[in-house]
Amino acid sequence: MTTQVVDGTAAGTPARGGARRPRGEGRAGRFLARHWYAWAMCAPVVVVTLVLIGYPLVRGVYLSLTDATEANMGRTIGMNTIPSTYEFVGLANYTAIVTSAEFLSRLAWTITWTVVCVALHYGLGLGLAMLLNRPLRLRSLYRMLLVLPWAVPAFVSAFIWRYLLNGEFGVVNAMLRAAGLPGVQWLDDPLWAKASVIAVNVWLGVPFMMLALLGGLQAIPRELYEAAEVDGATPWQRFRHITLPGLRPVSSTVVLLGTIWTFNQFPVIFLVTRGGPGGSSEILVTYAYRQAFEGIRNYSGSAAWGVLILVLLVVMAVVYRRALRRQGEAW
Amino acid sequence: MRRGISVAAAAAALALAVSACGGQDTPTQPAAPASAADPAAVSGEVTWWDTSDATNEGPVFQQLITDFQAKYPKIKVNYVNVPFAEAQNKFKTAAQSGSGAPDVLRAEVGWVAEFASLGYLAPLEGTPALDKPEDFLPSPASSGKYNGKTYAVPQVTDTLGLLYNKELLKKAGHDAPPKTFAELKQTALDVKSKAGADGLALNVDAYFLLPFIYGEGGDLLDVASKKITVAAPQAAAGVKIVEDLITSGAAAKPAIQDSYTNAETAFKEGKVAMIFNGPWSNTDNLGGKVFKDNPDNFGIAPVPAGSAKAGAPTGGHDYAVYAGSKNLPASYLFVQFMASAESQAKVAGKLGLLPARPSAYTLPDAQANDMIAKWKDPMAAAVERPWIPEGGQLFQPLLEGYQKIAAGQQGSDAALQDVAKAYQGILKGWSL
Repeated sequence: MTTQVVDGTAAGTPARGGARRPRGEGRAGRFLARHWYAWAMCAPVVVVTLVLIGYPLVRGVYLSLTDATEANMGRTIGMNTIPSTYEFVGLANYTAIVTSAEFLSRLAWTITWTVVCVALHYGLGLGLAMLLNRPLRLRSLYRMLLVLPWAVPAFVSAFIWRYLLNGEFGVVNAMLRAAGLPGVQWLDDPLWAKASVIAVNVWLGVPFMMLALLGGLQAIPRELYEAAEVDGATPWQRFRHITLPGLRPVSSTVVLLGTIWTFNQFPVIFLVTRGGPGGSSEILVTYAYRQAFEGIRNYSGSAAWGVLILVLLVVMAVVYRRALRRQGEAW
Repeated sequence: MRRGISVAAAAAALALAVSACGGQDTPTQPAAPASAADPAAVSGEVTWWDTSDATNEGPVFQQLITDFQAKYPKIKVNYVNVPFAEAQNKFKTAAQSGSGAPDVLRAEVGWVAEFASLGYLAPLEGTPALDKPEDFLPSPASSGKYNGKTYAVPQVTDTLGLLYNKELLKKAGHDAPPKTFAELKQTALDVKSKAGADGLALNVDAYFLLPFIYGEGGDLLDVASKKITVAAPQAAAGVKIVEDLITSGAAAKPAIQDSYTNAETAFKEGKVAMIFNGPWSNTDNLGGKVFKDNPDNFGIAPVPAGSAKAGAPTGGHDYAVYAGSKNLPASYLFVQFMASAESQAKVAGKLGLLPARPSAYTLPDAQANDMIAKWKDPMAAAVERPWIPEGGQLFQPLLEGYQKIAAGQQGSDAALQDVAKAYQGILKGWSL
């Protein structure tokens, strides 16, 4: 801001009028002169981002337009030389994926999985945050215990749940049987397997939502509630008209993040059910992983899957942002 | 701010989405000279990735390494135990990038053709590693060959057998294990009604489906004529037998997740009388509740026969040398030593794993372990698997089909049609 003002005055000073350079060059020069410091500060981040994200992304998009696999990408290892024989095939990989029966069924389940998980994450997280956002004995203890699932690495939790839910020897079924109930095929029946992975992911994801929303709740000014109470608003009205709007900046961000994370939630599916039984709980990312890492690696096919997943998420994010903007949210 | 968040969202999305794309490297390295004239003069460092069970089996192989280093003091061996389930992917990633790959790998027999076709393995003809090739059992030895060259030599061989609890079978009125699929069903039902345990525990895994398919004269593929035979009448008949075992209650309702462990645990606890498994499970089984104090209770028999024959897949492990190894002469010597009849007999004696050299069976070390003799009959039924580069991709579609059959989601015919369709996508140019 300050630079602009200083610049403005300098340009307007009659003494410098004669020394003015041609318009276009002056603009660029002034732009650099004005912002060189900012550019210098950003440069490391820009370079790292380009190397770590830009290059793989561009290369991934390129590979997805070829028929490259582990077998036809050239290399020399010791005495063995394999010639490069992969070719540009245009959009063939994409059409193959989109027209396969597998794609639509995987996409449908991935969307169900994402919507159900994020709804439960948000609902339960908000409920717990509201409970903890009031004076309570041992509040910090509860808070710590509730954060625990988040602090444990996801793969550890996934393995623990896998053992707890084991049909024959698992703890959950042992408890059910002890209570005289029949055991449940937690991971062996397609429908129960889907319910189980959702339950595990909800257990893992609620703490993050709870923490984020608790922060949001604490940022809502007390006076609003007091004024509402004076006006005779019911608790529901206060929740509906103060809490929810007050939380919106936090909610919109965490819901978007939660959606992206859940959509790409690899470890829970891969480690709890391995996509089974019969591939029924496989989401898009675990399916793409199989393409890439099973047998002779299919680089082009898995890159096409990756780009498709990326496109789906970008479209989702743009639509979501538009919808929020229409509601007057400024971000 | 607005722009910032949408960029951050896109970045978060793509970070996961594109992580699958790797780059390729082209390490240039001169081919090492062929075997040195004097083995004792060879020096260097050999890194070996062992994929055996680290607690039960690893120490025996480490003992062999100590013996090797005593014989070749100028060679240092770095022993690395890599969990079997991770080793294939880990090796491929390292081999391809040219850094971090071991010099010698213990490769499952089904991996060799794939690795060799991708240029990761060194051909062993004319090197010390291919020592006395005539003294290998033909089926395991064939697993190391690809396109007419030898890329790996067998370490151990194995197959599936019918393991049974003798006491439970006796209680059910059967002194001998079942010899056919029909007898298997009857015995299992008798155990269930008379002995107070389940008859048979199935492991819902594609590999464990093969004895039923082979028994009826089927196979996954007919490599010679490039045909996919997994949905052909013979294979379908075999899978129908499995379906019938499950629906009739002869087999306990199989677990689909952790299927192997659940079946093993039930067998070791005496909750089930019979399972299919291989010699690698000897140590595990004998430590179980019903066998620990009574090892004679543990019975081993060939897999039951179908209408065509009794057949079980040939398994086992090979030694392979990484093509990019900087210590090829030392690696070849290491493989020669580890795959020798003496070493195989030692492993057999201590672990009950089956040697891949006929001469090793006659050595006193191997004869000291009575498991070796017990696995002789099951081994006679071992069937050679299709050793093709795509071999590793054949199991996932079949596993998914088997899971659907076991969970009652799909009948065996429809499931096998889907498997055949998936195979067509993997094996370009093969016919149904």
